[in-house]
Amino acid sequence: MKKMLIALIAFAFTSTSSFAGPKIEVLHWWTSGGEAAALKVLKDDFAANGGEWLDMPVTGGGGDAANVALKARIVAGDPPSASQIKGPTIQEYDQEGVVAPYNIDPIAQSEGWDGLLDPMIAAVHKCQNNSGPYCAAPVNIHRIDWMWANKAVFDANGISVPTTWDEVNAAAEKLQAAGIIPFAHGGQAWQDATVFEAVAMGIGGNNYYKNCYVDLKETCLRSETTVKVFDQMRKLQGFTDEGSPGRDWNVATGMVIEGKAGFQIMGDWAKGEFTAAGKVPGVDYYCSPTPSNNGYLYNVDSFIFYKTSDPDKQEGQKLLAKLMMGKNFQKVFNLYKGSIPARLDVSMDEFDKCAKTSNSDIKTAGAGGGLVPSFAHGMAQGNTMKAALQDVITEHFNSDMSSVDAANALADSVLDNM
Amino acid sequence: MLKWLEKNLPKIVMAPAVGLIGWFVYGFVLWTLYISFTNSKILPKYELWGVGQYVKLWGSRKWLIAVDNLLIFTVLFLIFCVVIGIILAIFLDQKIRAEGVLRTIYLYPMALSFIVTGTAWKWILNPTLGIQKMFIDWGFENFTFDWLVNREMAIYTIVIAGVWQSAGFVMALFLAGLRSVEDEIVKAAKIDGANLFTVYWKILLPMMRPVFFTSFVILVHISIKSYDLIVALTQGGPGISTTMPALYMTQTAFHKSQVGLSAASAMMMFMAVAAVIIPYLYSELRRENAR
Repeated sequence: MKKMLIALIAFAFTSTSSFAGPKIEVLHWWTSGGEAAALKVLKDDFAANGGEWLDMPVTGGGGDAANVALKARIVAGDPPSASQIKGPTIQEYDQEGVVAPYNIDPIAQSEGWDGLLDPMIAAVHKCQNNSGPYCAAPVNIHRIDWMWANKAVFDANGISVPTTWDEVNAAAEKLQAAGIIPFAHGGQAWQDATVFEAVAMGIGGNNYYKNCYVDLKETCLRSETTVKVFDQMRKLQGFTDEGSPGRDWNVATGMVIEGKAGFQIMGDWAKGEFTAAGKVPGVDYYCSPTPSNNGYLYNVDSFIFYKTSDPDKQEGQKLLAKLMMGKNFQKVFNLYKGSIPARLDVSMDEFDKCAKTSNSDIKTAGAGGGLVPSFAHGMAQGNTMKAALQDVITEHFNSDMSSVDAANALADSVLDNM
Repeated sequence: MLKWLEKNLPKIVMAPAVGLIGWFVYGFVLWTLYISFTNSKILPKYELWGVGQYVKLWGSRKWLIAVDNLLIFTVLFLIFCVVIGIILAIFLDQKIRAEGVLRTIYLYPMALSFIVTGTAWKWILNPTLGIQKMFIDWGFENFTFDWLVNREMAIYTIVIAGVWQSAGFVMALFLAGLRSVEDEIVKAAKIDGANLFTVYWKILLPMMRPVFFTSFVILVHISIKSYDLIVALTQGGPGISTTMPALYMTQTAFHKSQVGLSAASAMMMFMAVAAVIIPYLYSELRRENAR
């Protein structure tokens, strides 16, 4: 009897670890409308390939809650197979030793990811200081430096799409004189930083942006150019309305849609609000890049694949990585999400005008050195440095701090957190 | 056996609760203390690093702003809650009609979560949606009430919302206290010629000392831990002007990936709460022993 019991227990253990097909547990926060629909495409694909998908959605706070859950799982020694992590944070997790031995790299090599992605974006997804094996897969590219403008409002005031920051200011003054709120803005730290980086790239240029916000050079941060960037931020602040502090970004987008405000500077997820309101790009609204010298601020959503000793899950990771970078998912997902595919060889025929602009601009920017990572969205810096920059930017924007003081505070904040 | 069980049953019944609290409360307090002495970044690390996180914490502008805000908030929140609470309690103590209804109305905000309070006040105080707009629409075109979006004044809007929520609770505490005083004392005072004001000021309120103490402890620890109200009302803004320690702690741990620094700030908050609670417990226990 006792022997039988032992045998039974032994059987129970072996049977769970025997190979039963690819399996994956995905921690994500894609639970709202379009994102959930796009994710379903991936799940169906995964099931059609014989895989078993264990969903672990954690909603709330734009991924904050998911990050808390993720850390708890990692500390407990049981990370999920894959989760939404992006930018330099991928490297931070790698340095904690929870990613190696990079199960998806063989797939990345056999599928030729190096040829499918822009080299800069490919590097983000390689562990061991951006040059080793692939350990994460990109699903999209968001562009940050967009200006969303209400066409009817612009037309009525004789304004065309501005191509320099001086023109932006002139247009805003015209709108102000006409009694329209020129600049729809939500005064939250990340939104302030989003506008700031578009201004920094536009006024300072692409090399200035890289020196300051990617390489964090002190002389650059304290420079005259940074002062000019803060000057422009102060001007933009003057074009916001009183209700701006604390406002959510989509409420600000709503103001542009309704014609209460002239324009908003926001990443391409803002397009979803226009689409939901039945507005057509070029007819009802303009989507144009903020003035810059062929710059392009990118923000890529990625999935990282953690180490696991379960062979089923390793298979699952490989399958998911393959499907995620597949043409079908990249197209469908981005049609829903408003961004563009991370793979550059996906046909853009079904995409709208804004996405097509984004797709052609990223190629120009990539060739001309204007493709730069967004720091406000965690692509250029890890979370610590991102917050260090953001704190100063939002403090300047919401106070009467002088531009010179702000530039110095920015450099000090960076040095403090080095 | 049965005798042993009988003797030890209370201990056995209490053991799981004590064990769970011991581990999940005190165990994690100690864990946090340990982490605050490490250089933990995105995930906890266990090599000791010294007091660097505390040095960094007290050198951080944002933390100093948070501490300033906490002092302003705590003092004002305490004073206004207690003063308004006492006034309401005295009014309700006058054996008025419909007292039950009024008591419920004043106590009701307590039933709401701070998130609801914060969101409602965010709309009321927003200059383009709330009070200011209402007055402007009524024709007072120069009326301004923009505290919520004013860096200097935003912290006071948090006091307003906090007091609105908690004053009713303080009222209930004082009302219960006033009702527990025997009628004879008041009658005796009146026979001696004391008017109503003197009765309250000289006799009843001094008797409320334990209630003052209870309110003080409850309100101070609410204010040190206040997080949800700020998240709903200002999210620490405009800029970083309304950051409070609890908000600083969560932001540092989960947005800035600085677990060690966050643990250090958590320990500072823990000490602040302990500084309030321990004297209270001490005096309570002493009184019990004296009996």
